[in-house]
Amino acid sequence: MVQAVATLPIDDVAIERSPGYWVTVWRRFRRDPVAMVALGVILLLILIAILAPYITPHDPYRGATLRRLRPPGTPGHWLGTDELGRDMLSRLIYGARLSLFMGVTPVFLALFIGSAIGITAGYVGGWVNTILMRTIDIIFAFPSVLLAIALSGAMGAGIVNGLISLTVVFIPPIARIAESVTTSVRGLDYVEAARASGAGALSIVRKHVLGNVLGPIFVYGMSLIAVSMILASGLSFLGLGVRPPEPEWGLMLNTLRTALYTQPMLCALPGIMIFITSISFNLLTDGLRSAMDIKA
Amino acid sequence: MLTYIAKRVIYTLPIMLGVAIVCFLLVHLAPGDPLVSVLPPDASEQLRQQMLALYGFDRPYAEQFIKWLGRAIGGDLGTSIRTNRPVVAEVGKAVSNTLMLAALATVIGFVLGGLFGFVAGSFRDTWIDKVASAISVAGVSVPHYWLGMVLVIIFSAQLGWLPPTGAGPGGSDNWHWDWAHIRHMILPAVTMSVIPMGIIARTVRALVAEILSQEFIAGLKAKGTSSFGIFRHIVKNAAPTALAVMGIQLGYLLGGSILIETVFSWPGTGLLLSDAIFQRDLPLLQGTILVLASFFVVLNLCVDVVQTAIDPRIARS
Repeated sequence: MVQAVATLPIDDVAIERSPGYWVTVWRRFRRDPVAMVALGVILLLILIAILAPYITPHDPYRGATLRRLRPPGTPGHWLGTDELGRDMLSRLIYGARLSLFMGVTPVFLALFIGSAIGITAGYVGGWVNTILMRTIDIIFAFPSVLLAIALSGAMGAGIVNGLISLTVVFIPPIARIAESVTTSVRGLDYVEAARASGAGALSIVRKHVLGNVLGPIFVYGMSLIAVSMILASGLSFLGLGVRPPEPEWGLMLNTLRTALYTQPMLCALPGIMIFITSISFNLLTDGLRSAMDIKA
Repeated sequence: MLTYIAKRVIYTLPIMLGVAIVCFLLVHLAPGDPLVSVLPPDASEQLRQQMLALYGFDRPYAEQFIKWLGRAIGGDLGTSIRTNRPVVAEVGKAVSNTLMLAALATVIGFVLGGLFGFVAGSFRDTWIDKVASAISVAGVSVPHYWLGMVLVIIFSAQLGWLPPTGAGPGGSDNWHWDWAHIRHMILPAVTMSVIPMGIIARTVRALVAEILSQEFIAGLKAKGTSSFGIFRHIVKNAAPTALAVMGIQLGYLLGGSILIETVFSWPGTGLLLSDAIFQRDLPLLQGTILVLASFFVVLNLCVDVVQTAIDPRIARS
């Protein structure tokens, strides 16, 4: 009998274990219908962006002067044609690629750089903290839209310049959260204990600090994507950011402004796409927040 | 309290200096010649050197910056390359136009957002809350430049009720308080108000729900306080935070008005900024950004000080 217990496979014992944190979060998240729909919409948009070449009925770059500005519902062009006679549906589908890329990339870059700055400042402390965080304060002293536009305006139009400006704008808030969480974790008893038992700075950060920082940062980053989508398209709308003839929702909104009086439905279409994407990310974040029980 | 304000003001000074450095350096990120917009492409090298010297672009950056900052503090932001008029005059007029628009938008946003947020927070988890919350999520998610276009389509192109662009009849950019001018303000102000509306509604909802769950409310109810009495308590507790959010939002609207001003051709700082960017008018670009960013810093300072005056606990923490 004693021997039987000793040879019991470890897996059988592990069944008693309580589910992990993220499993609990997912279970709660799954019960939130609004958040699940938002997640579905986002996944669908990503799928559309990936499959763009296979599902577009026409070449998004090829126009025809004789077929300019056809209203939605035109046979062969379900959503009409734009000011150069290019198929709107195809351009909106291809637009998902650039618009999502321009909206999501700066947030991920800022998450990476911002947490690195914040964790370094919080963990090292002292004058390193002072220098890093006061610099962050200066960037934070600018209204975000103004800074993004001023930066990309100064550097000139283009995808890379647009990405850089948006990343710079999103770094300060992320660095601040990372810094404050790291500073509070650093003083905790178990981190002191880890240091006393000889753990190096890197392994303490990896094991104890990151675990505490990543959750709040991740949720905050998700909420930034909605803002970033609107801002990135806004840059292209102004003529900064993505340049013609690339299909991007903000840029399409800009070039279709000439048809505001003749084809109003047509000009509203790209904006609806930005709206749907941004509201889905906001609802997803709200769902995540309540599933993770984080206060807004 | 006074020590707190003094500390807060002193803390703002290095930030202002940093902001000025960023504004100054920003335009030097620009590739190419700062005089590209005024010099003809076939200008002689001698003329180019003369112009560089005239605008001071031939000096080292540090020297240029100190001169620029010294003059800026004295109220001189240089001369616009494009119009050859003082930047201060150009910016001053634009700021008053944008400030008016942003202030009206903030008031509309605060009233509507406060109402939606209060109703949502008071009837938490009922259908009323769901509707009010849906409106506020839509408010923070909508690309406002698109909303502006949609409003133009409906109220100008289709119904013909309101003018689509400009700040006055015949493209006038001088403001007067008469109906002919106020009509021009309605669409841009409503469009702009959507952003603070959504944010204030979400803030107020959370505040009201939090206050209602506190014990003193139950105590007041048990004591037989009327619903109006309880309402007063909620307002008193929620107001400092809500007003602070409103103040910060006004700053964001001032700095972020460029998209809406482009849609409505509103002659404010946004349109000025866009002109400065696309015509590569460096002094104008530097000046506009500096003025807008300084406004934002000072506004943040004011919000902090006012908030501390209302709720002295902040100064002690």
